[in-house]
Amino acid sequence: MPPRDAAVIAPSFGIGGQTTYNKRPMPAKRLPWMDSFFKNLTRFSAFFVFSILAAILVSLAFHSQLTLSKFGFGFLFDPEWNPVTQEFGALVPIYGTLVSSAIAMIIGIPVSFGIALFLTELSPVWLKRPLGTAIEMLAAIPSIIYGMWGLFVFAPIFAEYVQPALVKSFGSLPIIGMLFKGPAMGIGMLTAGIILAIMVIPFITAVMRDVFELVPPLLKESAYGLGATTWEVVWKVVLPYTKIGVVGGIMLGLGRALGETMAVTFVIGNAHRLSTSLLAPGNSIASSLANEFTEAVGDMHSSALIELGLILFLITTIVLALSKLLLLQLAKQEGRQT
Amino acid sequence: MNKTYKRRRMVNVIMLCISGATMAFGLFWLAWILITLLHEGFGALSLTLFTQTTPPPGSDGGLLNAIVGSLLMATMATLIGTPVGILAGTYLAEFGRRGWLAPATRFINDILLSAPSIVIGLFIYSVYVAQVRHFAGWGGALALSLIVIPVVVRTTDDMLKLVPDSLREAAVALGAPVWKVIMFVSYRAARAGIITGILLAVARISGETAPLLFTALNNQFWSLNMNQPMANLPMVIFQFAMSPYPDWHRLAWGGAILITLGVLGLNILARVLFRRKI
Amino acid sequence: MKSEFVQRFISRAALAFGLAAAPVALAADNITGAGATFPYPIYSKWAEAYKAKTGIGMNYQSIGSGGGIKQIIAKTVDFGASDAPMQAEELEKNGLIQFPMVIGGVVPVYNIEGIKPGALRLTGQVLADIYLGKITKWNAPAIAALNKGVKLPDQDITVVARSDGSGTTFIFTNYLSKISAEWKDKAGNNTSVKWPAGISGKGNEGVAAYVQRLPGSIGYVEYAYAIQNKMSYALLQNSGGVFVGPDDKTFKAAAANAQWEKTPGFYQILTEQPGKDSWPITGATFILMHKKQDKPENAVIALKFFDWAYESGDKMALDLDYIPMPDNVVKLVKAEWKKIQDASGKPVY
Repeated sequence: MPPRDAAVIAPSFGIGGQTTYNKRPMPAKRLPWMDSFFKNLTRFSAFFVFSILAAILVSLAFHSQLTLSKFGFGFLFDPEWNPVTQEFGALVPIYGTLVSSAIAMIIGIPVSFGIALFLTELSPVWLKRPLGTAIEMLAAIPSIIYGMWGLFVFAPIFAEYVQPALVKSFGSLPIIGMLFKGPAMGIGMLTAGIILAIMVIPFITAVMRDVFELVPPLLKESAYGLGATTWEVVWKVVLPYTKIGVVGGIMLGLGRALGETMAVTFVIGNAHRLSTSLLAPGNSIASSLANEFTEAVGDMHSSALIELGLILFLITTIVLALSKLLLLQLAKQEGRQT
Repeated sequence: MNKTYKRRRMVNVIMLCISGATMAFGLFWLAWILITLLHEGFGALSLTLFTQTTPPPGSDGGLLNAIVGSLLMATMATLIGTPVGILAGTYLAEFGRRGWLAPATRFINDILLSAPSIVIGLFIYSVYVAQVRHFAGWGGALALSLIVIPVVVRTTDDMLKLVPDSLREAAVALGAPVWKVIMFVSYRAARAGIITGILLAVARISGETAPLLFTALNNQFWSLNMNQPMANLPMVIFQFAMSPYPDWHRLAWGGAILITLGVLGLNILARVLFRRKI
Repeated sequence: MKSEFVQRFISRAALAFGLAAAPVALAADNITGAGATFPYPIYSKWAEAYKAKTGIGMNYQSIGSGGGIKQIIAKTVDFGASDAPMQAEELEKNGLIQFPMVIGGVVPVYNIEGIKPGALRLTGQVLADIYLGKITKWNAPAIAALNKGVKLPDQDITVVARSDGSGTTFIFTNYLSKISAEWKDKAGNNTSVKWPAGISGKGNEGVAAYVQRLPGSIGYVEYAYAIQNKMSYALLQNSGGVFVGPDDKTFKAAAANAQWEKTPGFYQILTEQPGKDSWPITGATFILMHKKQDKPENAVIALKFFDWAYESGDKMALDLDYIPMPDNVVKLVKAEWKKIQDASGKPVY
């Protein structure tokens, strides 16, 4: 019987070099439409991600129309938050968000840098992994536990020992003194900032560590060869080399600090009042939402809260965009392909 | 010269000591928090934690409905979010070498990744809860899936980009259609990394409270009905911890230990998997 | 030939869908209510007992009275609970009926080292001034004058209020507004006000937690929370001039003055009631339900629960220091229930 289809039957080379004509199993059926289907499926998914963001922005803007139209831009600068008179302003929550995140960054960036430095340069090899894992565990602890620990354990000790000392030493100084006035409650802006710092340290440290380890040993050894101390190598060679990654890590930490809800809600004190003192209670956008949303009575109140959410989203987006721009600038400076 | 050298040496020693101090600083907080967690919650770790439902104040109980609710919502969120995330990441890595959609989506994805989870909860409230007029476990699952998607997209994108093009080219040379190249070559090669990404996403949503505040609410009783408010660990912990009742506090800390151990376990699993396969 | 990955994925998906689908068929008859934190202890106690008896779960989430009102208007829950009663026009506008469930008292609680419960005496005016931020230290002359013989420390007063929309706040600010014109002007009487001083906690629970933790603090909570947590409560001077402490006797005395039949929707506020035994900050907590029910079955379940609570829940309420509604009021409430009707206009219960 002649072979039905020459393409189907192909010679197969058995052991000993014998050529045998075996019936190859039928080739897998070609599904010609599958290629474009798959490509479009993935393209659709990518577009879907795109549209999620658009949907969030549109939805938030739509549901905050009332306050958007009533207060306009003034909403951003109004310190009043009065559900009785229905006058709302975002100044206090925005201030709280920015200040607590700023404190978190001021404390967190140097500490993360120190930890990353320790892990890459100072620590003996056998300690690197366990210590690195330990720091990463800080990231694994859920935020609500930070809140609970902050309120129940940290705040009382902070109020009893640290805050009075701060008030005594700094409270009477001319300008800085403004930051340290008021009763030592243990909760407030400073406490929220400290807890946020602890929460962002693992993120910034992880990124810093990763980029520090990518530095070519040749660069570092050249510096050592010229007689530089370890510190000088890190500060003058490693850090400039890893600028981009470091900035990226910092932005990651900042994004997390801005959006953190539960830890801040427990310890910021939920007071809709502006105060220069760091020891005073305040409010952040996220904690205002967490506290007030399910019971916002009246459309104006709900609309104000949703507008706060929109503002927070925009702040996070702006921070991210700025960081991307900064990274682009840095990369351009270094002559890398952008 | 000597003075300068001495100064440089001293600066070096000081800075390195500070670095050591920061390490100790970080470890100090970790130890304090973990010790507190174990100290407060250890008393709650018993079989009843897993067999009884949440009690009203003054009665005994456990966290069964909360644990099951959290597991259910996390599973649903992962099931919804993972396919979308993997497919979108695939587009970014495989098809997105040219054009505008890929870089734009990457940027958008980064924004979503850093989006405050409470805003996600607000969004789902407006489009789902307010429309169907009741809180539901599905709302919670949807909100959590919106957190899963960016994580999975990012890791899939990164992992697929690591697969060498030579593998793909070899498959194409053998006559495989593009979809098969992706599914049977790229995915297989990046399998460990993608699964790591999924595990990290699950770890991330396990500890999230804010998205559930306005979507799944909470449930005092045992319920598997995802169309109704669903008990979940983070909300129960929030409610119990903020209460003045000591037995509720105990349960809250016990739940906190559960979540922490779960998240840690997932992270370790992800790391082990990643190290072994790649 | 499917890859292992796809195979495992599909089997896991099937398992999960099966897991989710099956229980829908076995869904329990749970009804959901949300609102005031004030009655939360007794509602959850009743719910537990009711479930043990009938197997039907009444899931109550204490998100604050403001939340209860919002969610019942949005119809996301089967009933709302609020300590701030709605006026008749509001009820009409939203198509709701309102009835009181239990009576409780709001008590000022404090955390001052060395001063035991009931050892501190305050008047409404002093309380208002503290909350206005005018009196900032515990040993201020105004407080010392009321508490001769008590050693008051030279300590800052940390004022703790509510951050969420709360009926407890409504009752408390109602009292302060009646006493102090300055309070009425500066902050007013509402479920959520602009607090001139201090920090805020979420829910009765949050306030109690803060006061327990912050030395030198003062807050206001529902009586059951103060008792359950062994907090120090202050004596208040009532309109009869007597310094009374909170307990069911003084709450009952205040409630005895209420004339429930007179106002539609049982709108009665029991603060600063006349009488030598009355507790000045007493209040009832209300249930809100829709007149026109989209889901009459849920309404029936809810009403059955409330009926049972009125009939058999008295002892549990008293154990937790709430005052159950007197029988004549219960009769009026049940008559009011006829107003809850299904789509055809028939009363559901």
